[in-house]
Amino acid sequence: MVTVPHLPARERAAEAAAQVRDPEMPMLTLADLGVLRDVAVERGDGGEVVVASITPTYTGCPAMATMRDDLVHRLNGAGFPRVEVRVVLYPPWSSDWISERGRAALRAAGLSPPGPARRADGPVGINLGPTRRALACPRCGSANTRLTSEFGSTACKALYRCTDCLEPFEHVREI
Amino acid sequence: MTNDPHLTHDEGSIFDGLIEGGDDSRWAFGTDFEDPLAGVDTTVPDGVDHAGLARYCLMLGDDALIMSQRLSEWCSRAPDLEEDIALANMALDLLGQARLLLARAAAADPGAVPPLPDGSPVPAEDALAFFREAEQFRNVRLTEVANGDFAHVVVRLLLFSVARLALLERLRASRDAVLAAVAAKGVKEVTYHRDWAGRWFLTLAQGTEESRRRLLTALDELWPLKPELVSPHPLELSLAEAGVGVDPASMAGEVDAVLDQVFAVSGVDRPDRPALAGVGGRTGRHGMHTEAFSLLLAEMQVVARAHPEGRW
Repeated sequence: MVTVPHLPARERAAEAAAQVRDPEMPMLTLADLGVLRDVAVERGDGGEVVVASITPTYTGCPAMATMRDDLVHRLNGAGFPRVEVRVVLYPPWSSDWISERGRAALRAAGLSPPGPARRADGPVGINLGPTRRALACPRCGSANTRLTSEFGSTACKALYRCTDCLEPFEHVREI
Repeated sequence: MTNDPHLTHDEGSIFDGLIEGGDDSRWAFGTDFEDPLAGVDTTVPDGVDHAGLARYCLMLGDDALIMSQRLSEWCSRAPDLEEDIALANMALDLLGQARLLLARAAAADPGAVPPLPDGSPVPAEDALAFFREAEQFRNVRLTEVANGDFAHVVVRLLLFSVARLALLERLRASRDAVLAAVAAKGVKEVTYHRDWAGRWFLTLAQGTEESRRRLLTALDELWPLKPELVSPHPLELSLAEAGVGVDPASMAGEVDAVLDQVFAVSGVDRPDRPALAGVGGRTGRHGMHTEAFSLLLAEMQVVARAHPEGRW
């Protein structure tokens, strides 16, 4: 753990929180995933409290408790004994919030990053045809890929197979 | 390989980042899912009856909970691994919606939560899921009837997700910030569920003689439960009036249009079967359920009820 003591408390806390990794996709930090929405330092009766706000990627995401525990753990280690983790439900998380660095990390780990999410303001049309995504196989770079299933090992991933190198790979879904 | 100092591939594993620090205590935290609304403002909008809002949240939450339970029963039983995972994923999305909605009901009206012995560690959302009796549940009956074959779950999920998506689209404008947020998130998730069900409906309809026969049998069996999805309960009307809820009758046109689109592409005629009658006009929204529901509840609730002081 590297701490920079001369920085203001909020910046030190934000820096520490930004290093916490996603428990299911540990190549990403919560900050790069776009799940960490805010880090603030509030003055309470017993001294300063770090308030970290996170939002679930999917409503039923079972990793929220682990994210909370990891944030508390990391911030405690950075010299903040009092930490409160709040859930933010709105606006809902979008795969568009994954940072460029996060997308590079996904590719480097063999996962295909999401394309642009579809807008969902008005009524949503049903799609009965095959899903069309412009993807590249994260292993060999081929654009010849085939969807195996729209639902994968975690709520946020679809399953694909490359029809050139024949390897299966996971694609982070647009949402 | 990468030069990014935030990645640790050169040390061998993408999981290295999770185990740095050498403190194993994190693995002992367990899965104590705390309040899913921790830190969320649950103030009830002005002029809205707290108990009414709580009962409305139970309607939408129970739909998601019971549908999730039925989908979960498919775990390890689907025709192939991909569809097994798909059904479990959709069950998880709906369980997440149920948790938020039941927690929102409890926050709006603590009196809606079944009383448990003093000192019980059971959170309000669990008390609502596991310690209510059948007649206290407000889910529509489509969600509760027993599972059948794969065609049955495809048809059930199509009818359910077409209606739920239409509802969530409208609920995004709710004056209740929690309901609006649950809806904004849920629209994105249920869009995937509806596409899955629609594609499988088409596939089974245009597949083999046997797959089509099974699909039409399931459609015929479940169709009488569809009108309940768009029939308003007086509470839904009053919450819609208050700008908090949705009148399900207002989405009937969209539900029919989407279903007709799926039927047309699949070459299937819209069934001609009357609605499943209630008892004296009372249906799932009134707490009047089918026999299958008591069996579902018995299985879903037995462990929690055997250990009301249990910590999970």
